[in-house]
Amino acid sequence: MPIPNSTVAGTPIPPIELSSFPTRLNDAAKSKVLVIQDYFTLAGKALRFIFSRPFYGQDVIQQMDEIGVKSLGIVLLTGLFTGMVLALQASLQLKAFGATMYVGNLVSASMIRELGPVLAGLMVAGRVGSGIAAELGSMRVTEQIDALNTLGTDPIKKLVTPRVVAALIMLPVLTIINDFVGILGGNIIATVNMGLPSAQYWRTIWEQLATDGFAFRYIPNDFIQGLSKPLVFGAIISITACYFGLGTTGGTEGVGQSTTKTVVSASILILIVDYFITQLLLSVLSYG
Amino acid sequence: MTPKVPPVPPVPNDSSDLERRTGPTQPGGRKTAAVRAAIRNELAAEVAAGREDREVESDHAPVAELQNVWLAFDQPILEDVSFIARRGETTAMVGESGTGKSTTLKLLLRLLVPDRGKVLIDGEDITTLSFDEALKVRQKMGMVFQGAALFDSMTIFENVAYPLREHTDMDEDEIEQRVREKLQIVDLDPDQIMEQLPSELSGGMRKRVGVARGIANNPEIILYDEPTSGLDPLSTGTIARLIMKLQRELGVTSIVVSHDIRAVFRMANKVALLHDHHIPFFGTPEEMAGSEDPYIKDFLGGH
Repeated sequence: MPIPNSTVAGTPIPPIELSSFPTRLNDAAKSKVLVIQDYFTLAGKALRFIFSRPFYGQDVIQQMDEIGVKSLGIVLLTGLFTGMVLALQASLQLKAFGATMYVGNLVSASMIRELGPVLAGLMVAGRVGSGIAAELGSMRVTEQIDALNTLGTDPIKKLVTPRVVAALIMLPVLTIINDFVGILGGNIIATVNMGLPSAQYWRTIWEQLATDGFAFRYIPNDFIQGLSKPLVFGAIISITACYFGLGTTGGTEGVGQSTTKTVVSASILILIVDYFITQLLLSVLSYG
Repeated sequence: MTPKVPPVPPVPNDSSDLERRTGPTQPGGRKTAAVRAAIRNELAAEVAAGREDREVESDHAPVAELQNVWLAFDQPILEDVSFIARRGETTAMVGESGTGKSTTLKLLLRLLVPDRGKVLIDGEDITTLSFDEALKVRQKMGMVFQGAALFDSMTIFENVAYPLREHTDMDEDEIEQRVREKLQIVDLDPDQIMEQLPSELSGGMRKRVGVARGIANNPEIILYDEPTSGLDPLSTGTIARLIMKLQRELGVTSIVVSHDIRAVFRMANKVALLHDHHIPFFGTPEEMAGSEDPYIKDFLGGH
């Protein structure tokens, strides 16, 4: 079949001009930088509005319920089974050295420093991040965001700030719960599978915290690591979700795309940022 | 193997009534001159029917104005467009879909800023205002969105009360009284719908709630984006009458963006036609109906 080289109306299609490789590279780089700039502008505004009137306290409470309380179920399950499988695997490995009594140390260190924050972050990114992106995306395509603007409300202040605040508060809370349930799961396996008394297990948990050192004399280093991470993850999840949600174009299909982008970007960002926070904290805090 | 397709029943032609009076449509779907003349006669009748309703007493001062506005995103949208809406009048913006009609409303609300040119509200250029200053200007305006754009998560009462809670320090009783009053203006029964969610209402009712929210703060200017699109003829008539009633009773300035030329001819004092990034025509409905410009004739007659 011959390729038609003119439109129905008879006007010839102008030849497609391929721009040079450096030009395209330049354009691509510019658009990426622009995305990052927009992202941080949104983040800056959202955080600045925390301290300026009017306050939407009702919205913050509602979002805390949405982000925190309603994520409790999946976080409990995640924590419990992660702790259990951690103890199970550790028991195999430790048995080779005849060091099964140290299972508590291993569960405590892994759960509090890494798995608690990261897994809670990933679960919330999946559940809440997608929800926020879909909600704001639908509001964008049905002109509700424009309506807010028209009615004299800054959508960032009304929609983004409460979600960011709620995530900043609730993610550390969820992480603490996740850590605790995980350690409890380890406790079950240690007692049932390995015959380790509970008292012994919990003593090794405290031992681990103590050997990892203290900052400001009283605060265990592990707690600082374990609680600074979810704070950052909370910001990443809520801002990423709001960024893609508010930027939705192209109707209902666009809402789906925003949701996907949110979950993928937020999850990857969490894992990457986690590495750098760990690196930073390990060099700042005096371990061992 | 080709799938068997049942024979398609003949689609009733909506101009069949006209055809009976004026002769058949030409092959290819283009209407004969007689059909188009009949359509234009009907539009002229529409213009005449609305004439008395449209008369207003006002000083006709310019309230909202675009001055030589240029705007482009990836492609040019508006090129050197000027447009004036005068106090107490209904000014309509018509044109084909996708020509940037709704964009002009966003310019007036300063949801968008033009590349060049001025946007004046009450004589004040709003293109140079900061975000917070723009919020204040927006309070002079009420906007009725195409899909009503009610907040899904709030009840009808909360939706209509929203602008009051944001911008006034009215107490709960005053707010409730105002919400009831505005819902009654748009012919809705407050007791019946106030506690319902937007998803529980029909399209026409949602649109009327959208109008109630738009006028809750007693704005000087009401902007309507496609107020009659997606509605059945009966609801279209209701909304068109409502817009005229608001103009008469509240003395507001209305700016209507629509492609429903019938409704526009009935309610507008001035009509601006947006075509090919320009406004080639800006005048009264009478002038438009009597125009000999081929594009305007085409636009009114339809193919």
